[in-house]
Amino acid sequence: MRDLKLKVYVADRQIVRPGDTLAEIEEDGNQGFKRLPEKHVYLVNNKIYSDAYGVASVSENDIAVIPFNTVYYPRRDDVVIGVIEGIGITAWEVNIRSPYKAYLNASDAIENFNPLYHDLKSYLDVGDMVLAKIVAFDRTRDPLLTIRGKGLGKIIEGIVIEVKPSRIPRIIGKKGSMFNLLTTKTGCDITVAQNGFIWAKCPDEYRGEVLTQAIKIIEEKPHARGLTEEVKQFLEQKLGG
Amino acid sequence: MSESKPKLIREDGLRVDGRKPDELRPIRMEIGVLKNANGSALVEYGGTKVLAAVYGPREVIPKAVQLPDRAVLRVRYHMAPFSTTEHKSPAPTRREIELSKVIREALESVVFADQFPRASIDVFIEVIQADGGTRTAGLTAASLALADAGIPMKDLVAGVAVGKVEGVLVLDINELEDEYGEADLPVGYAVGIGEIVLLQLNGVLTVEEFKKAIELAKRGAEKVYALMKETLHKKYLSALES
Repeated sequence: MRDLKLKVYVADRQIVRPGDTLAEIEEDGNQGFKRLPEKHVYLVNNKIYSDAYGVASVSENDIAVIPFNTVYYPRRDDVVIGVIEGIGITAWEVNIRSPYKAYLNASDAIENFNPLYHDLKSYLDVGDMVLAKIVAFDRTRDPLLTIRGKGLGKIIEGIVIEVKPSRIPRIIGKKGSMFNLLTTKTGCDITVAQNGFIWAKCPDEYRGEVLTQAIKIIEEKPHARGLTEEVKQFLEQKLGG
Repeated sequence: MSESKPKLIREDGLRVDGRKPDELRPIRMEIGVLKNANGSALVEYGGTKVLAAVYGPREVIPKAVQLPDRAVLRVRYHMAPFSTTEHKSPAPTRREIELSKVIREALESVVFADQFPRASIDVFIEVIQADGGTRTAGLTAASLALADAGIPMKDLVAGVAVGKVEGVLVLDINELEDEYGEADLPVGYAVGIGEIVLLQLNGVLTVEEFKKAIELAKRGAEKVYALMKETLHKKYLSALES
């Protein structure tokens, strides 16, 4: 939609629903049906419609919809937190809260892996959580994970907070503003996984609780104006300046 | 024992429940009513109360039904045993299987299922009180629940039925009018894109009547559609105020 002249009908951050007309393309006649899934809009006959229930994001010559509610759709190189759900002979089945089950190969976690000698259960058992990276995924096959890399691997300490995957961009904030606020005020070491999990290692239990509450505030009203300020005040009130 | 047919159009031209021929029943809608579902909605058209829940996109079980290029949309329309005046068997009847199919087809024409290949989107429609127009209320509820679940769709679908009673075309028929009327025409209308996605006819209408009935249904659906949009808007505002 870049370089197109748009006549925009909605305001930035306005709530939109499926089928709402967002804008009209002023020049260039007769666009057929076209869909931009990542922007949650579709085009028919020079008009741009929303395909989701969410808020409009309007910037210069570009328009998109940020849905209130989405499932996590895997992408290559995303860092995710998964829960081990099944153990096979050569791989673990991992739930990454997406419509597709992910797999973690045993050879990725165990040096010189041989199914005759190694029992996968003694490394990662059902219910264990791992911080992993998606190395391969496309429409035809399930996501493949790796735990090789800095910071990746089994989660053995700290707390894991679950939020809606659609809230992750807001928890990070513009240029990481919200994320920086949360880390500096609470003193926790926070890792944000793209599939809606937040892993925090905090200096004490109380700070962990305050962090959880702050994240729940963000989850409940992600599109409110002045949210960063509200969270800041909340953290200062609970933890002191 | 034969029951005598009640008078459906009163002498003052109003219907058995006091409505004008082109008047809808009082409609109430609410979304996000179920915690465990990804999206849900409760819709009431007068005495008809329908609950819809959407789960997914999620992994397909059994795997044999998955589609390689898009998500499979599964719809289960069901009437609770206590929803009717006489106890209904909880097992799905032929009628419920048919209605599940027509509602699924109506929703398939608006849902962008190609974004989630090999996954499933499951829609459960539970009629908790039946007083006519359950399939159209169910369609409205399902469409709201899909929007609430964040499923990408072309448009919302509003369902409304038009009937013919004692020669008069009436909007949003109730149980009595459905039972004793001459025709029943349920319509699912995606108002924003101007597409009719569900159309059935039970009974007989002349061509002229049919055209008028469609116009009446469209006008009714537009009102329902406006309410649906308002309901979605309100949930967002209440979330902000809390």
